[in-house]
Amino acid sequence: MIIGETPLPEGPLGVDAVAVTMKFGDFLALDNVALKVRPGSFHALLGENGAGKSTLVKCIMGYYHATEGDIMVGGREQAIANPKDAHALGLGMVYQHFTLVPAMTVAENLVLARDDVPAIVNWAKEKQELEAFLARMPFKVPLNARVSDISAGERQKCEILKQLYLRRRFLILDEPTSVLTPGEADEVLGMLRDMVVNGGLTILMITHKFREVMAFADEVTILRRGKLAGNGKVADLTPDSMARMMIGAEELTVQPPRVGQLGEARLELSKLCAIDDAGAVAVENVSLTVRGGEIVGIAGVSGNGQRQLVEVLAGQREAESGEVRVRGDLYSASREEMRRHKMSLLPEEPLRNACVGGMSVADNLAFREFDRAPFASKGWWLNRSAFRKDAERKIGLYKIKTRSPDTPISALSGGNVQRAVLARELGGEVEVLIAANPCFGLDFAAVAQIHAEIMAARNRGAAVLLVSEDLDELLELSDRLVVMFHGQFVHEARASEADLTEIGRHMAGH
Amino acid sequence: MTTGSADPVEAVGVAPAADPGFLQRYGATIEYILIPGAALVGALATFGLFVALFGKNPLDLYFYMYQGAFGTWFSWQNTLTRAAPLILTALCTALPAQLGMVIIGGEGALLIGALSATSVALAMPWASPLVVQTAMVCAGVIGGGLWITLAGALRQYRGVNETISSLLLVYIGLAVLNHLVEGAMRDPASLNKPSTREIGAANMIGSIPGTDVHWGLAFGLVAAFASYILIYHTVFGFSARVAGGNIRAAKIVGLGVNKLILMICFLAGGAAGIAGMVEVAAVQGRTNANLAAGYGFTGILVAFLARHNPLAIIPVAILLGGISASGGLLQRRLGLPDASVLVLQGIIFVFVLASDALYGRIGFLKGKS
Repeated sequence: MIIGETPLPEGPLGVDAVAVTMKFGDFLALDNVALKVRPGSFHALLGENGAGKSTLVKCIMGYYHATEGDIMVGGREQAIANPKDAHALGLGMVYQHFTLVPAMTVAENLVLARDDVPAIVNWAKEKQELEAFLARMPFKVPLNARVSDISAGERQKCEILKQLYLRRRFLILDEPTSVLTPGEADEVLGMLRDMVVNGGLTILMITHKFREVMAFADEVTILRRGKLAGNGKVADLTPDSMARMMIGAEELTVQPPRVGQLGEARLELSKLCAIDDAGAVAVENVSLTVRGGEIVGIAGVSGNGQRQLVEVLAGQREAESGEVRVRGDLYSASREEMRRHKMSLLPEEPLRNACVGGMSVADNLAFREFDRAPFASKGWWLNRSAFRKDAERKIGLYKIKTRSPDTPISALSGGNVQRAVLARELGGEVEVLIAANPCFGLDFAAVAQIHAEIMAARNRGAAVLLVSEDLDELLELSDRLVVMFHGQFVHEARASEADLTEIGRHMAGH
Repeated sequence: MTTGSADPVEAVGVAPAADPGFLQRYGATIEYILIPGAALVGALATFGLFVALFGKNPLDLYFYMYQGAFGTWFSWQNTLTRAAPLILTALCTALPAQLGMVIIGGEGALLIGALSATSVALAMPWASPLVVQTAMVCAGVIGGGLWITLAGALRQYRGVNETISSLLLVYIGLAVLNHLVEGAMRDPASLNKPSTREIGAANMIGSIPGTDVHWGLAFGLVAAFASYILIYHTVFGFSARVAGGNIRAAKIVGLGVNKLILMICFLAGGAAGIAGMVEVAAVQGRTNANLAAGYGFTGILVAFLARHNPLAIIPVAILLGGISASGGLLQRRLGLPDASVLVLQGIIFVFVLASDALYGRIGFLKGKS
């Protein structure tokens, strides 16, 4: 900072990004983007995945240095070399995932976050100050509770409180509600909204939920493929007009209508129990029947045992007790059983769960079939040309963007990895489909395609178990909805009759 | 994470492929040659400094090393004879590495393979040499194979780290060998060096015609090529690469990971077991503690330098065989201790392991993405 410069204005800060361009090699992540966040406003940054939202806020926070363009803070051009500079200016960011230390108390986490933690902490004094601070805040959190013991909603409040405790006056929230139930999301955003209205804070929220934008934001900026697609006052816009700006002229796959009849029981879980990596019970006495021609959705806040349940069904984790039956036969996730019952799995994080990053796209597409003709001659010799031919067909059919079938799959974007797994798992006949957050982090086109494929599989008579953290997705696709909380199924409803508040209440464990 | 394609790594796949360019297409391959090569040069330079401390001229050192390894037909034969067991023991590390395991117990499998082969040969004095030799190969493979399978089984069923268990099995193998050689199987005529009885001159496998290089080299070459074909052209190898690349992905497509691990451990141990059988049937003629000459440990170095590629193991084994072959000449001409080539091997290992951090970080090889 230049000596003699006038200090930054008091109160909420405004931030402008002026003509920001960001290049990674030849890839243009941001192309001449402008963002104007007025002091004391609640601003939403909308865009599909890959539109450049995170890149833009990382430029503001000093994680990236824009190739061209300037960042203005409080109406003044600032060179932000690193996040520390941003913090010194009063800019703070709340990440999508928690950054608290689970084994420490809330108070310890707050004090720990300060830049000037003394060598010996006078806890009595700190506690007193923290309580005085909390008294001024609209949220309440239990200061002496361990972070591991409080709920996701309270953790998110802690994250936000931490930023306020550090006297940040401009707060960036990166999809802050993705880990919250709808009720918790409304509560947290409502409190933040009040703080903005009362002055003292400016908020820039990254999101893809129109509902939140309409309910809480004053202004919105929309990015599409690294370019500014539109901005304006929320009052002047509708969800439809915002969606059009986000997606552009892209054609989305049309989801087939829900048709067909309920068939026989295909997938039956009875009294299934599983433990997580730490040895704690994650899935407890879970029983469920999924019939052919129906989609059963499992709702729940992340971390309530859904992951472990899917891992058991995918053969990645052993059940502690209970049994799984597929079409009446006991099932232990062997290759032979998966093949006989025509099972398909769409796990979350496909690169981690369903692909080998270093192997080619063609190889990854062949994981289910490589040990049979035409991929293998006489059951042991690999027939490379069959791999290539099949891969070229699937790449075309599922619109997988890749340089060639021989490109390592880790070089593909998230949506294209997901499409490759979709092509592999849904390319053949499917009788049982297990999908876990199949659309997490994907753009509209990919989501529409995946939803259409899942619905089409259901209409062809497949039994579908869909685990998702996205309630909208579940309500759109499911025939039946089950809520999972603390490893148990606590609520069940027909999706057409489901009541959002009722489901939200069960997700929170009430 | 919300902006997937904003990530520079992912962006590579999204950007249209106008012209991949030479560096982009072959950058990774060049890296695989350049980095271990540079590590080798760095290690040789460091060894030069080490020798200079002894008051010797490093240039003389390099010259004599070359002479001793590749300078004459005689030194070539010496080099190839030493390379043969190295190829086999390197496979003992390279094959499990395809499944993501680090097995460093090739020495133990070699010893057990040698012991098994000797026992079989001594048990069938009536049989014709061809039958005895065939039985010795089988015994070597089975003995060595089961030895490493034990390490694999301990890992899969009891959660024991395979690196540690395979290393400890080396010492158990050596102890078993010493126990039998000094006890039940001891030839009363072997006074100074307890040994088993000789398998008999007729049963020795001899040299490749026209050379002094024994048939072990052929075993090594065949095993390396067969491993390459197994890993890259068969259903088994494909399954192994899937499981080695990502165990979660292998499970989700229902591959039997336990079976894969046990089978590949058996093949790996079998390769080292053949090395032991060859040492008995082509060099020593009997089993004694001389067999623990460190081929199993040098094989680890070969496998890492070759980045676990079965074909790359062949030239690397010849190179390291040459280094060890030059030890004698260095001793005679420069008066260096015989063990100095071990110092060089150690330095090479440290350089190779450290160079691992360089992959993907060499700017000019990344090409324009």
